[in-house]
Amino acid sequence: MDHEHCHSLLNSLSDYVEGDLSEELCAEIERHLQSCENCRVVIDTLRKTVYLYHATAADPPVMPQDVKERLYTRLDLNEFLNPSP
Amino acid sequence: MDREKRKEEDFSLPRLRAGDRAEFARLVDAYSGVIYRLGLKMLDDPQDAEDILQETFIKAYRYLKDFDGRSSLSTWLYRIATNEALMLIRKRKNVPLSFDEALDPDQEIEKPLQILDWCCMPEKELMSAEARLYMQQAVEQLSPGLRAVFVLRDIEGLSTEETSRVLNLSESAVKTRLSRARMRLRELLTAYFGERMSALGLVEPGDD
Ligand SMILES: [Zn+2]
Repeated sequence: MDHEHCHSLLNSLSDYVEGDLSEELCAEIERHLQSCENCRVVIDTLRKTVYLYHATAADPPVMPQDVKERLYTRLDLNEFLNPSP
Repeated sequence: MDREKRKEEDFSLPRLRAGDRAEFARLVDAYSGVIYRLGLKMLDDPQDAEDILQETFIKAYRYLKDFDGRSSLSTWLYRIATNEALMLIRKRKNVPLSFDEALDPDQEIEKPLQILDWCCMPEKELMSAEARLYMQQAVEQLSPGLRAVFVLRDIEGLSTEETSRVLNLSESAVKTRLSRARMRLRELLTAYFGERMSALGLVEPGDD
């Protein structure tokens, strides 16, 4: 296993996952992945990590009503609280 | 961000700059949710998130008259909120944490230490309440400089360009930090899910 090569690719992995690399570099990484199980696992788990955080962020932000009320009070905006939709 | 961007066009900058309270209330209504979430992700403490939320809109109201419109309103609000969060982190840690500590461009990316394929775990394990809690705690372990980039890019969904404006960093610095943050989180999640796999008997003999 060419560990030197693995290391030199590390900095590009995030961009690779992002689809943000030149065709040339992409091809180089893909060639390497065919022969390197370790890097394949790193890429797969990196991709999954990003996916999981995206998934948890997909929920709309929830701000408790009391937090909202205190914010409007602090900003002296109480008259605008809960405008009719 | 698309949803917010569409909202953006609905605001009247002249009215906001003139201190129009009804218009400002609409701005607060549109963005308070995302700003509160940003605070929660940056500090993982509801009281801190509430402080950040209030300070952000107090400052926004104060400085709107100087808002030049070169960046979008959301980018501008994110910038105020992120600065508030970083200041609060510095205060909480009670040590002089430099925002630039993670910026050293020569520092090489961490070498992955844990090689274990946990991707095949059942979705309900990966997305369990416990796993989500661990994931949030893992974000708190990032240095503030990496955390800010990660939260803006991968949780709030800002583009590289927007993030670079919010943090006043070059786009390449944003990319480097995002890469380091993701690799660090991958490491932490591998440790966590590795233990879960053992507990569930999913690790095959011979795996490290
Ligand atoms: Zn490799």
